[in-house]
Amino acid sequence: MKTQGRPTSPVAANDAMQPKTVSGNKALKQATKLIFETGTPRRTGVDLPEPKGRASRLGDHAREGEIGLPGLSEPETMRHYVRLSQKNYAIDLGVYPLGSCTMKHNPRLNEKVARMPGFADVHPLQPISTVQGALELMHELSHWICTLTGMPAVALTPKAGAHGELCGMMAIRARLDADGQSQRRRVLVPESAHGTNPATAVQCGFTVDEIPASGDGRVNLDALKDKIKSDPDTVAGIMLTNPNTCGLFERDIIEIADLIHAAGGYFYCDGANFNALVGRVRPGDLGVDAMHLNLHKTFSTPHGGGGPGSGPTVLSDALKTHAPVPYVVQTDEGYDLVEHKDEVSFGRMCAFHGQMGMYSRALTYMMSHGSDGLKQATEDAVLNANYIQASLSDVMTPAFGGVCMHEALFDDRFLKDTGVETLDFAKAMIDEGYHPMTMYFPLVVHGAMLIEPTESESKGELDRFILSMRHLAEKAKAGEADMFKQAPVHAPMRRLDETQAARKPVLRWTPPVETAEAAE
Amino acid sequence: MSVYFTEDHEWIKVDGETGTVGISEYAAKALGDVVYVELPEIGRDMSKGDEAAVVESVKAASEVYAPVAGEVTEVNEALEDAPETVNAAPTGDGWFLKMTINDASELESLMDETKYKEYCDGL
Repeated sequence: MKTQGRPTSPVAANDAMQPKTVSGNKALKQATKLIFETGTPRRTGVDLPEPKGRASRLGDHAREGEIGLPGLSEPETMRHYVRLSQKNYAIDLGVYPLGSCTMKHNPRLNEKVARMPGFADVHPLQPISTVQGALELMHELSHWICTLTGMPAVALTPKAGAHGELCGMMAIRARLDADGQSQRRRVLVPESAHGTNPATAVQCGFTVDEIPASGDGRVNLDALKDKIKSDPDTVAGIMLTNPNTCGLFERDIIEIADLIHAAGGYFYCDGANFNALVGRVRPGDLGVDAMHLNLHKTFSTPHGGGGPGSGPTVLSDALKTHAPVPYVVQTDEGYDLVEHKDEVSFGRMCAFHGQMGMYSRALTYMMSHGSDGLKQATEDAVLNANYIQASLSDVMTPAFGGVCMHEALFDDRFLKDTGVETLDFAKAMIDEGYHPMTMYFPLVVHGAMLIEPTESESKGELDRFILSMRHLAEKAKAGEADMFKQAPVHAPMRRLDETQAARKPVLRWTPPVETAEAAE
Repeated sequence: MSVYFTEDHEWIKVDGETGTVGISEYAAKALGDVVYVELPEIGRDMSKGDEAAVVESVKAASEVYAPVAGEVTEVNEALEDAPETVNAAPTGDGWFLKMTINDASELESLMDETKYKEYCDGL
């Protein structure tokens, strides 16, 4: 087949350059097999006596064959996972400029507090009187969140950003239904939105109406007005990210909020990028009706690899009566949980009370920074992104002119006619020791490269990163496309076949014997 | 048979009152390796601009829109097992669906091959 698009097939590794070892290890970097290939079902790491005198109650349901789990000793298991962790890349190892993901440092103080037994070892069904400290922490966190956002209420329970979006949109739907406005089912979403926005709207039973972007990467106000005017009685609301996914502040946001409110709809703001606003702008002052916060992005709780997220969702006066249960209230006797659904709450977002471990980390971050420190973190994040944009704008091509917010967005014009594509550039960054930036997103920018340095990086670190990026950009322009097509050469694995992985994913390991039988 | 193109890079090849729809060479190239194609149900009524199919590549998932209004009469099931055909022959074996054309005048708002080429050159 023709591969005129992005070449993703593995490039033959120039193995002649690298001397092979008998073991497969490279110096003290150990080769690692799958855990199924390391252990065997016939081996066991623990010695348990055969159970005696206990008849099985499983009857016909008892398993007959081997379960096939790999048996490993404790040191083998430890080595397996530690070796894998050494192949991993983390914010604790180096710059992690993955745009839109806010990979900031996770302060160790957060970890210390999160491990306190009163927060770490509580059970959701414990008597209220025994978890007063945990409830106070949740109450205090709610207060900080409401203060920073300028909003009257917060639902703490959503467990991730998209879950928070769902919470906000369910509140909007509950309010519309309560007001006899059930015909309002059209949600306006800018084309540069996070993919979760339209997905959330559809999940909530709304239809999505896409608003095109203007030439400067923001919402096209005229198009928005036309969309509203076409059928104002069906407008349920708008879902808008600010700063948006191009790293730009939606400067017409107040007018947008007014337009939506005048049409009878509600304003959902995606707060994924709130880290660019904390201490400087309060969404409540912009006319926002609902917005989720990513504690795991803005407030430094750890994330990545599907780890625990937390997406508390702030709600305006118009929506707060529909907030989900449970929530914490302060009474004369201390703190209590409102657990039961009254007639206006839309229900609950999860079985219990949300991610306690993220609450304790986020509040620690807020209190240790203080309101002045949070503001400075915001300013430093924006300053760092602008420093990168300014330092690279002569060798790379910023997608939009002017000042950016917390992330710098480049397109691939600077790679035109070099034979190097965004993907190749990203792979070459791995050889330079940097986790690649977010690539090919947002979709509205061709060959997008979205760089978010966060406030965690020092000027020295940024300068080293910039030096590498400049070096790569200059190499690409000097016609060294081959170097890029080969990259990464220093990584544990060379370029992987993403196309084949997506077309024919192998999701289950099968023992070699089984495979041999299948081939017969 | 004449071929028309949309600004969203679909093509429609008109044969009497039916049309065959696919994505252009430019779109296939921009998407990169296609890994999955979701086709509509036969018999579905579409207005012009409705989502007709979804095409997923290593870079992104994109919608394919109905270039004109009509009803789906046939889909290219071969794409489900061999999505790479979209890259190999976007305007040939990589077609997505066949449809009736409710209103031939809707074709007038589309571009012919020369105009579409100029449009792509300007992108």
